[in-house]
Amino acid sequence: MKKGKISDVFGKPLNVVNVGLESMAEAVKDQDVPTFQVDWQPPMEGVKHLRITKSGINIDEANEEVVKRIKQARPTLVGMGVAKDVIPGMHDRMILHAGPPITWERMCGPMKGAVMGALVYEGIAENEEAAEKIAASGGVEFSPCHHHNAVGPMAGIFSPSMPVFIIENTTFGNKAYCTQNEGLGKVLRYGGMGPEIYKRLKWMEAVLYPTLQRAIDSMPDGIDVKALIAQALHMGDEGHNRNRAGTSLFLRAIGPALARTNKDNEVLAKVIEFIDKNDHFFLNLTMPAGKAALEPAEGVEGSSILTVMARNGTDFGIRLSSMPDRWFVAPAGEVKGLYFPGFTAEDANLDIGDSTVTETAGYGGFAMAAAPAITQFVGGTPDMAVAATLEMYEINFSEHEGFTIPVLNYRGTPLGIDVRKVMETGILPKLNTGISHKDPGIGGIGAGILRAPEKCFKDAFDAFQEKYF
Amino acid sequence: MSVKTLIKTSEYHDSVSLMLVARELTEYPGVVDASVVMGTDANKSLLEQAGLLTPEADATTPNDLIIAVKADDAVAEKALEEAEKILSKKQTAGGEGAEFLAKTVRGAVRSHPEANMAIISVAGRYAAEEAWEALFQGLHVLLFSDNVSLEDEIALKKFAAEHGLLLMGPGAGTAIINGVALGFANVIPEGPVGIVSAAGTGLQEVSTLLAKNGIGITQGIGTGGRDLKESVGGIMMLAGLKALQEDENTKYIVLVGKPPAPSVTKLVMDQIAKGDKPTVMCFMGGDVTVADGVKNAMAVRTLQEGGLLGAKLAGADLPDIDQLIAKETAELKVEADKLATTLSDGQCYLRGLFSGGTLCYESQVIWEDLMSEPVLSNAPLDHAKTMKDSTRSEGHCTVDLGEEEFTVGRPHPMIDNDLRIRRIYQEAADPEVAVIIMDVVIGYGAHMDPASELGEAIQEAKAKAKAEGRELIVIASVTGTDGDPQGLQPQVRALEKYGVIVCPSNAAASRLAGMIVEQKAAKL
Repeated sequence: MKKGKISDVFGKPLNVVNVGLESMAEAVKDQDVPTFQVDWQPPMEGVKHLRITKSGINIDEANEEVVKRIKQARPTLVGMGVAKDVIPGMHDRMILHAGPPITWERMCGPMKGAVMGALVYEGIAENEEAAEKIAASGGVEFSPCHHHNAVGPMAGIFSPSMPVFIIENTTFGNKAYCTQNEGLGKVLRYGGMGPEIYKRLKWMEAVLYPTLQRAIDSMPDGIDVKALIAQALHMGDEGHNRNRAGTSLFLRAIGPALARTNKDNEVLAKVIEFIDKNDHFFLNLTMPAGKAALEPAEGVEGSSILTVMARNGTDFGIRLSSMPDRWFVAPAGEVKGLYFPGFTAEDANLDIGDSTVTETAGYGGFAMAAAPAITQFVGGTPDMAVAATLEMYEINFSEHEGFTIPVLNYRGTPLGIDVRKVMETGILPKLNTGISHKDPGIGGIGAGILRAPEKCFKDAFDAFQEKYF
Repeated sequence: MSVKTLIKTSEYHDSVSLMLVARELTEYPGVVDASVVMGTDANKSLLEQAGLLTPEADATTPNDLIIAVKADDAVAEKALEEAEKILSKKQTAGGEGAEFLAKTVRGAVRSHPEANMAIISVAGRYAAEEAWEALFQGLHVLLFSDNVSLEDEIALKKFAAEHGLLLMGPGAGTAIINGVALGFANVIPEGPVGIVSAAGTGLQEVSTLLAKNGIGITQGIGTGGRDLKESVGGIMMLAGLKALQEDENTKYIVLVGKPPAPSVTKLVMDQIAKGDKPTVMCFMGGDVTVADGVKNAMAVRTLQEGGLLGAKLAGADLPDIDQLIAKETAELKVEADKLATTLSDGQCYLRGLFSGGTLCYESQVIWEDLMSEPVLSNAPLDHAKTMKDSTRSEGHCTVDLGEEEFTVGRPHPMIDNDLRIRRIYQEAADPEVAVIIMDVVIGYGAHMDPASELGEAIQEAKAKAKAEGRELIVIASVTGTDGDPQGLQPQVRALEKYGVIVCPSNAAASRLAGMIVEQKAAKL
């Protein structure tokens, strides 16, 4: 903190922050002095302000290092590959899933559905029933995407032969992986099963993947996903539940290369149609971009910032930069949702997916103010979306200068969820998300909003305090 | 039961807003299911699964809007109309919950990087943390909250002083920074005198006395009452003094407080001597000889002397201060003798009812010199006795109604006159009471018209005493300026209208009150 002199303030216009009695501010306001009232609440009971660890680490400085690394990240789409070939630790009998580690028995319906569907798609099981037996009898190994530099939306199921995007953080050289987005509704990642799903997945493997791969391979610098996200935020996306602009931008970026590397115009047309009909195609790039940006920020001693926040439909889990291998989990929350025709809250599964990597990396729901078209999630008006983003600044350590929000005068998005701030203010991260049907085999039924559960933040805060104080 | 659809060609809505319309529509009486979607293939297949796909809907393009309802035949058409209404309903901008207030100091500073001052008045046990947050954000702090631990105060002040920040408080209710009244403070013109005060109403009394003599101030820095204790070491008094010494607009300095610990007095005098600005030490009731031989330093014993000496230094057309006060006292003596004759035989005591602790203290300093009998108080001078029960007056006594015992769970008597009004009636009913003296503090933060509220009560109390055959004397002074929202003159006139004798300073009021009871005692 820079040192000045008291006399430096003499003669300068006063701008007053008022904490406590509003009457104290009234008199100052009457003198035409700008006054900013703090909507103050007592901190959660027993929550201490943590600043310097017992070994002398200044937590703010550690956090500064974490957000510096995230801001420096340059996630770039550099190629594609097949999961078992490119994802570290992936093998023929491994299934990756969203969120913290979980056993088959504890998996929610849509995750089980997606696992069964994937086993049929892989040909490991002949049908869903056989798939269930294999899954239940230890015939496949389950592992969280986050343990393999990967992230998956909703159930987040990766099976060995699924094609994946390869994102390289060119600043640090690390890579992150994500599957291709199938669309909305009855799709595998929402727990859907059935022939039309396997057919689509096969087409994505046999046609979409090689077409995209050829195009990407022909682009010497790949596609700068960070730049696309930054632009999309200026076009009404927030990068999690709205990706209409990003998907369009992606098509523009890859368009010429697609045309140049493809011989069959009908194939090309089908690929473009598929992407065009799926507003969330870009989500499967914003997510690994976030993962690629966050991983180099792991392992900073004394940092209280989250580098992982993910759900598996049963549990909600977070990890801190300073304890990168330790999950803090709590029961996944109920989503306050809007539903597709024919579905209600009764049908909804609990919160699921790795897509909260977007909020962790400084966009997604935290950038709600940038996405006026989906403000219904937060109450209906753009003002409410602005309020939602402003609230998130309170629990984030920094602001991402690379991702700015026009309506906030190009202020950077909230970046770096600080477990200290969450505990001090009692403000829990506000997330928006898709909603799966709770039963296997049905798929996506809506979208909505919720707060992260307090327990995992409290546990992480306690563990942080135990380790450092 | 029937399924009806309404198609609106080339009408685009974002899917989320449409889902909201659908939800509202589903709640419409008689509607079983509803969907409002754009005519994409994916949406059509959803409609089909839900049994809502009509041939018209199937024929749409992705640019067309489909409103589909499954409902009782009677209401289906109406539901479609309703859907149109919901769709066209303009979202009112700035709806409920739209205004966002930062939840933390940090958040407020992030949104308003121009912020440079924090006023903190949260409960004491949380106040230190908020003060830390504010200091870390580079804000100067007026810490109004009480009950901050001594350890916290010392640590906060050390940090603030090291970083060139003001940490005014804890328990600091008054400051004037760059002409802005913070907390309880008056509208004082700009001028050459800088004040640092460890006493809130002390700062108000001195600054208003300057203003009453046509002199203005640069800054009025509060330090909180404990600053001058040995343990705190006068950190903010010294930092404030130094800042004023560095400030080119400040030509003269007045320091205000109760007498500091000897070690602190020495530090203060050393700092005064280091500078080149005439500095008045107004440490009430303190030993004035401490300033002897110290460069730039002058010491006085009352707020009145502090204010007048400051004004004189700064060029107010005043004679020698000692002579001035002697002359005023002589005039007050004449009036006191006259007033004493109106009293009945049993009326012999003085009762002080103060809202400002420093003014209550100044009065005691004056009475100690003036009166033959002690005046007890709930907030006595260091060496004096505390009154037995502060809610029940006995003999000569003076009560600081702003003390914590009176303000827990109740507004401060500068904001709310009820407590003092009840006490006025209580004292007036006592046949032994000769004189009630009180302060009326106006300015920002204070009640908007204390003179009228108190005055009406005083008038009634005097009338009751009169009915019982006694003349009750009520004396007051108004700490304020003509620039204050309440206005000094209107407040003085109102008090006089209700029969209150108004003196130009608390010191003068105290002398008059003291001399009346002394004169009465002498006659007996």
